Amino acid sequence: MLSRLVVVSAHGLKSSSPLGAGCYVVSRSLVQASRSLHTSSQSRAPLPPLPEKGGQVRHGIFPEEIFQLLYPKTGVTGPYMLGTGLLMYMLSKEIYVINHETFAAASIGAVIIYGVKKFGPSVAAFADKLNDDKVAKAQEVKDVSLTSLAQAIEDEKKEQWRVEGRAMLFDAKRNNVAMQLETNYRERLHMVTNEVKRRLDYQVALQNLHIQMEKEHMVKWVEKSVIGSITPQQEKESIAKCITDLKALARATQTSATA
Amino acid sequence: MSDGMFGNLPVIEKRLMDVKLGELGTWLGGRDFTPNGLLSAVRRGHDRYYNKYINVKKGGIGGIAMVLVGYVALSYLWEYDHIKHDRWRKYH
Repeated sequence: MLSRLVVVSAHGLKSSSPLGAGCYVVSRSLVQASRSLHTSSQSRAPLPPLPEKGGQVRHGIFPEEIFQLLYPKTGVTGPYMLGTGLLMYMLSKEIYVINHETFAAASIGAVIIYGVKKFGPSVAAFADKLNDDKVAKAQEVKDVSLTSLAQAIEDEKKEQWRVEGRAMLFDAKRNNVAMQLETNYRERLHMVTNEVKRRLDYQVALQNLHIQMEKEHMVKWVEKSVIGSITPQQEKESIAKCITDLKALARATQTSATA
Repeated sequence: MSDGMFGNLPVIEKRLMDVKLGELGTWLGGRDFTPNGLLSAVRRGHDRYYNKYINVKKGGIGGIAMVLVGYVALSYLWEYDHIKHDRWRKYH
């Protein structure tokens, strides 16, 4: 209820006060008193979780321990009888004096009790919701960082897997380069053979040309010398021979035609 | 203040609930009443009360109600000499 709001605000105070931060104590009963775990104000141990419920009180103001203390000797009604007796004693001896303030205290007490009984649970639920929101936010931060770190781990593993594949990549590249070198080498080989063949063909053609030219030249020269050597005398003789041959041929054909 | 481990220690260092009636005098004599000691005693008491009733997940009205009732009672005690004059009867 109200103390939960105090917790919500006091947490801030407590965490900022250096003395309180270290001596974190959890006490459960009157007999077990508080112990400070460390002598210095800083402690590295993880904080124990908050206890679920605080010390029990009955009727809002009486700690349960009194009832437990008196139970073995006086049973269940002991503390109530004690309270009644004390009240009667104080009233009769006027250790507690009834005056105008008594009336004021009674009215205020009635209003407070009515308020607490009526609005207590809703205020408690509200404070619980505030606390839960805070816890959920912190949890969310933690979860987000956890997921992001897990994602980072996954990515890292993926990168490692990629690195393994890199060897294959290099092999493929090496093959490519080897093929390129091979084709280049063969091209150049072709080029070399072509060039060599061309040069040799040229030489062969050159030689053929020489031979041919020599032949032609010789033939021409022979013709020329033969034609030059035909003297006019020979020309006349040959022409006369041709005429006699022609006459003979004509006589032959004549006789064959008439026969 | 030396709060040692719980056990059979010299009288001064026992807790009040474990001190026997006869040893009360020596126990009181041995306590630290310097300002520092008083302050640390107040701080310890505060921490005990705070961690028992207030610094919990589901605290109730008892945490502050007890403090307020204690304040009312203490203020009545301090004002008693003044309130004495409002008594209804002189002799009880």
